Amino acid sequence: MTSYRRAYRPAEHRLVGGVATGLAEHLGVPVVYVRVAFVVATWFQGVGVLAYLLLWRLLPLRRPDLSPGLESATRRGLRGSGRAGAREIVQTAAVGSVGIGVLLVIQATGRGIDDHVFGPLLVAVIGVAVVWRQLDDVTWSRWMRDTSGWAFASRVAAGGVLIAVAAVYFVSKEGGWSAAVNLASALVVAVLGLGLILGPWIARLTRDLTEERRERVRSQERADVAAHLHDSVLQTLALLQKNAGDASAVATLARRQERELRDWLYGNDERPGDSLLAALKAAAAEVEDVHRVPVEVIAVGDVPLDADMTALARAAREAMVNAAKHAGVDRIDVYVETDGRSAEVFVRDRGAGFDPATIAIDRMGVRASIIARVERHGGTATIRSAPGEGTEVALRVPVRGPEGEPVPTPGTTRTATEEVIP
Amino acid sequence: MTKLRVAIVDDHAMFRTGVRAEIDGPVEVVGQAEDVESAVAMIVEAAPDVVLLDVHMPGGGGLEVIRRLHLRHPETKFLALSVSDAAEDVIGIIRAGARGYVTKNISGPELLDAIDRVAAGDAVFSPRLAGFVLDAFAGTIEVAQVDEDLDRLTEREREVMRLIARGYAYKEVAKELFISIKTVETHVSSVLRKLQLSSRHELTRWANDRRLI
Repeated sequence: MTSYRRAYRPAEHRLVGGVATGLAEHLGVPVVYVRVAFVVATWFQGVGVLAYLLLWRLLPLRRPDLSPGLESATRRGLRGSGRAGAREIVQTAAVGSVGIGVLLVIQATGRGIDDHVFGPLLVAVIGVAVVWRQLDDVTWSRWMRDTSGWAFASRVAAGGVLIAVAAVYFVSKEGGWSAAVNLASALVVAVLGLGLILGPWIARLTRDLTEERRERVRSQERADVAAHLHDSVLQTLALLQKNAGDASAVATLARRQERELRDWLYGNDERPGDSLLAALKAAAAEVEDVHRVPVEVIAVGDVPLDADMTALARAAREAMVNAAKHAGVDRIDVYVETDGRSAEVFVRDRGAGFDPATIAIDRMGVRASIIARVERHGGTATIRSAPGEGTEVALRVPVRGPEGEPVPTPGTTRTATEEVIP
Repeated sequence: MTKLRVAIVDDHAMFRTGVRAEIDGPVEVVGQAEDVESAVAMIVEAAPDVVLLDVHMPGGGGLEVIRRLHLRHPETKFLALSVSDAAEDVIGIIRAGARGYVTKNISGPELLDAIDRVAAGDAVFSPRLAGFVLDAFAGTIEVAQVDEDLDRLTEREREVMRLIARGYAYKEVAKELFISIKTVETHVSSVLRKLQLSSRHELTRWANDRRLI
């Protein structure tokens, strides 16, 4: 949590190199500000372009790390593409052309970069941009396991055309072949320079296999899990056929299988020991299996599992078990919210309920397994119930900071009608 | 009262048949489609009141369907219906213009209720969607930023979202907070509007961060 936040260039929605988008994300400002800043900086001896190219080289490209389901959906075009919208392209083009206009005015007034340097420099910059963008895409598509030969060819052709246009423009403007010869020699120098710049990088790219190795390990792990899953789907299907007459068994089997598949497709790779949410999900799954009542877990935020959070998860599990056993409902809602200072869990059912004044809650083990457990860890437990109105157990435990000290909890809003049962 | 005209857009034929069997009768199913192209053509042709829209679909997903139709046919309401629990996709489709999100294991009567609500111009927030919304807006609760009033949830809206996330139906939320159901609906619609209008950078960053987990 205390490690430095690095700036990245997002691979999936960028116009040129992703530098502006990445910086904007990092600094928390709208991307158009960053683009304007680059353009304005360019008016001063081309600082903006230089900075842009440097950042392009220095900022790593970030590949989105998706769950298998989303990755596959993205590949098959089932999700919207993350490409830049038309509005953003037009906006950037507008900013860019205003910038170029001002730059040309500055050139015309003779206060800018020397004309003899300016032309070749411009050509070189565009060439560099095209080639780098292409290189980025090569790594990108390798990651995507996708060969895009035509895209490669068209980009290189576009780069060539750009350079040719620049050349023609300068020849016609300067008039005369001596300028063309100048330009040609400048181009040769630029290309040589490019080779020098890019050579080591290309070599490194071909050697840089760690990323690919990591990806391979990951996909192997996923393949193992997938194989296990398919096996359990087959088991479930066999069980379903055997239990076809028992509606609640069928529903429970189907739901368990659904949960496993969903976790694999869209979930995170978390284990029950990792975090409060994972522990609660595991508890919910267990209650579902044993008591055949669906438990829906909704979470906002998550915290790592320590002794306090383990106690909270166990108390919540007791509350779920109680609801499943006594409420007689077909659904239990669990909501967990953490804001860094405290963790709250609500376990709610719309079932039979009870009158807290007349029924000894000790009989259900509520006092020992829920209230006392939470209070030992500095938390509070609130139980609201009325006959026929369902039951809601609200648990709240402060989150300890890294030093083991409880973080002070500021007052939070509470709903009006809570009755605290001692 | 005339029946609501509903269209089902989903790439799984079995699912379309199932939903149709569940809702046909109380509402009129006027069209079905299985990808973005056919969905756009069908919706323009049949002009349904409510479109049940799958999030993941060939041709760019439900997002693309809304993008192409929302401005030209603002009277058509979209209700997202999906097995995908991917927060960024769900929030994405709501931000594009869908008026609600329910999961595919929703029961027939609940789905009909949701269709009614969406057709009436209200928003349908399942507990899961309420959780996503709270998560998405979580970063800004402490920070009082004067000029971003539109983007933050009010304390009341947050309370309503929390209760929905805790499994309360609109009716129960109203009872709990001593307000009318109409007021609950107003709060939920206002959250939906904030979600759709907000250009807040944190929303984008939140989506990006989630992708990095």
